[in-house]
Amino acid sequence: MIITPNPALASDPAIKGSGLSAETLRALYRRMLLSRAVDVRAWTLSRQGRAHFVITSRGHEATQIASAFALQRGRDYFLPYYRSLALALGVGMTAEEVLLSIFARVGDPSSGGRQLPMHFSHRDLRIVSGSSVVSTQIPHAVGLALAARLSGEDVVAVAYFGEGGSSKGDFHEGLNFAAVHKLPAIFICENNGYAISVPQSKQMVISDVARRAEGYGMCGVTIDGGDPLAVYNAVRAARSRAVAGDGPTLIEAKVYRFTAHSSDDDDRVYRSREEVATAQANDPIPLFAQRLKALGILSEDEEQALQAEVTAEVDDAVSTADAHPHPGIDDLLTHVYAEEEAVAWQR
Amino acid sequence: MATLNVVQAVRQALDEELSADEKVILLGQDVGLKGGVFKATEGLQSKHGSRRVIDTPLAESAIIGVAIGASLAGYRPIAEIQFADFIWPAMDQIVSEAARMRYRSHGAWGCPLVIRTPYGAGIHGGLYHSQSIEATFAHVPGLKVVAPSTPRDARGLLRASIQDPDPVLFLEHKRTYRSIKEEVPDDDQAIPLGKAAVRRRGESLSVITYGMMVHESLKAAEEVSGEGIDVEVLDLRTLSPLDKAAILDTVRRTHKVVIVHEDSLTGGLGGEIAGIIVQEAFDLLDGPIVRVAAPDAPATPFNSALEELYLPNAEKIARAIRDLARY
Repeated sequence: MIITPNPALASDPAIKGSGLSAETLRALYRRMLLSRAVDVRAWTLSRQGRAHFVITSRGHEATQIASAFALQRGRDYFLPYYRSLALALGVGMTAEEVLLSIFARVGDPSSGGRQLPMHFSHRDLRIVSGSSVVSTQIPHAVGLALAARLSGEDVVAVAYFGEGGSSKGDFHEGLNFAAVHKLPAIFICENNGYAISVPQSKQMVISDVARRAEGYGMCGVTIDGGDPLAVYNAVRAARSRAVAGDGPTLIEAKVYRFTAHSSDDDDRVYRSREEVATAQANDPIPLFAQRLKALGILSEDEEQALQAEVTAEVDDAVSTADAHPHPGIDDLLTHVYAEEEAVAWQR
Repeated sequence: MATLNVVQAVRQALDEELSADEKVILLGQDVGLKGGVFKATEGLQSKHGSRRVIDTPLAESAIIGVAIGASLAGYRPIAEIQFADFIWPAMDQIVSEAARMRYRSHGAWGCPLVIRTPYGAGIHGGLYHSQSIEATFAHVPGLKVVAPSTPRDARGLLRASIQDPDPVLFLEHKRTYRSIKEEVPDDDQAIPLGKAAVRRRGESLSVITYGMMVHESLKAAEEVSGEGIDVEVLDLRTLSPLDKAAILDTVRRTHKVVIVHEDSLTGGLGGEIAGIIVQEAFDLLDGPIVRVAAPDAPATPFNSALEELYLPNAEKIARAIRDLARY
C-alpha cells in the first residue's frame, strides 16, 4: 500500500506516530459508524420484538475497532467477549453476518443460530468462538499464543474482556501462564466501570486493572479507550513486543457503556442519568469525527455521505438476514462430534 | 513383543504419538523434568524437548484452557491432570468450552485434545487421591470418556484418543498402573473408541464393567465358575459414547446383568446402562438388573479397613453374581 503523505497529519502527534494514512483513518471512522448503526438497529429490533436478545458495544467502539486495525486481521487470533460487536465488524465481519446472529438463522457464521446473539465466531477471520462464561477465552488466547510460538509464525492472540472479567480465576491463570512462558498474547481489558450493576469499587480495590500486570511480570498500560489513536498505538506496540519475544501485554482501555448491559437489563437501577449523559457528551465517534475534520481529512459532506452509506448497509443487512430460513430439525444434532455416528442413535 | 504394565503402555503411546506427529504436545504439572508423579511421561521431555513437553504453572483451568487454545490452532495437546480429584477447577473449561466448541461454532472450530488423568481408589489415596469422576463427565455431550483396563488397551486407546478430532477424557486407573501386565505386540495399532470388549465368554450371566473392576469381576467369575455359574465379562473401554450394541448383545446371550463400577451408586453409569437395557431389551431379561458400586459416600476414606469396606471387590461381586444366578 502506498501511503500518501498528508502534511496536516503532522499537527496531531498521536496520528503522526501511528503512521496511519488519511484513507485508513477514514476507514476506521467508517467502521465505527457502521458499528454504531448496527448497534442502534439491534436495540430497535429488540423493542420491536424481532430480536430476542441484544447486547452491544456502544461507547466501546474506539477501543475495539482501533485495536483490530492495529493487529494483523486474518492472521492474528481474536478472542472476543459478549460486548465485542464493534470488534467483530472491525476485524471484518459484515453487518449481514451480525444480523444473522441476531436473528439466529441458517448461515449465521458465528454459531448457525445456536448461541445468543453477539457471541461471534468466524473461522476465516480467526475470530474464535466463545461461551457466555466470563474470561474462559483468556486461557484459549494463551494456548493460541503457545501454538504461534511453537510454529514460529508471526501471529499473536488477543483476548478481550471487561474489568469484571479480571476478577475471574481464568484471568489470573491465563496471564500468569502467558507471562511465565513469554507468549505472544495481548490482553485487552475494556474497563467500563460496571459488571452489569456492580461498580468497579466492589470488583477490586485498585483503580487501574493494568497495575495487575506488574504482579505477573508483564507490561501493563492504561489508556483512554475513547481515543482510537491511543488504542492503535498501544496495541501496535504490544504486538511488536509480542512477536519480538518480549512477552504479553495487559492493556486497560477506560471506556463507558452507553446502553444498559443487555436488552434484559435496566441500568437506571444502578447509575444516574446524569452520569450517563456526561459520558455520552464525550462519545468517541463524534470526537473522532471532529479530530479528522480539524485535520482536514473528513468534510461535513463526507461525514453525511458515510452516515447514509452505513444506514443503507444496515437496512440491507436486516432485510437480507431476515430472509434466511430458521434451522430445521436436521440441524439439531449436527456437530456434536466430528463423526456424526456418535449421536446418530439418538435421532 | 514386550511385557508392559499400564503406565509403561501409556508412556509408549505418548512417545509413539509425539514421534509420529509434530503437532502433538504434552503439558501439565510435573510432566517435564520429573516425568509425572506416576512416571507416565518419564524421559519424554529429554527425548522430545521442553518446547513440546511443557511444565506448566500449577493451575488446572489454565492447563486445560491453554490446551484448548493450542488445539484450535491445529495442535494436538495432551494435558495431564495429576490426579482426577484435581480436575474440578478445570470443569468449566472442559464442559463449557472444549465439549461445546464444535457444536456452538456449528462445526467451524473443534478441540482435538486429550486430558489424561489417573483416577480410582485402592492405593490408600484418601478422599482426594482416589475419586472416580467418570459419571459426571460421561453426562457431557461433545466429550468422549475412555477408561482402559489393560496395557494393550491403554496403548491402543490412548493412541486413538490422541488421533481423535474431539476432546477425550482418558481415565487411567492408578491401581492398574503397575499391577496389570501383559505382552503388548510392537505393531499393535490404535484401538477404535466406542467399542467394548468381551473379556470372558459365558452363558449364565453378564457382568458389565470397566477399569480396575474388570479385573475384580474376572476374579469373581473364576470364583463362581466351579459352582456352575458361567459368567460373561464385558469391558466397556469407552464410557462415552457407550457401545450400546455390545451391551445389548451380551444381554441377548445371558439374559441376566450385573453392572459393576467403583464410582458411587447414585447417578453412576450403572443407572444409564440399566436404562438402555430396560428400554431396548426388557423382554430379554430373566431377572432384575443388579448394580455393584461404591456406596454414596463422597469418596473412599484413607483408613485401610474403611477403604476395603467402601470399594467393590471380587468377593462382593461374586456375592451379587450368586444371588442373581439363583433368581
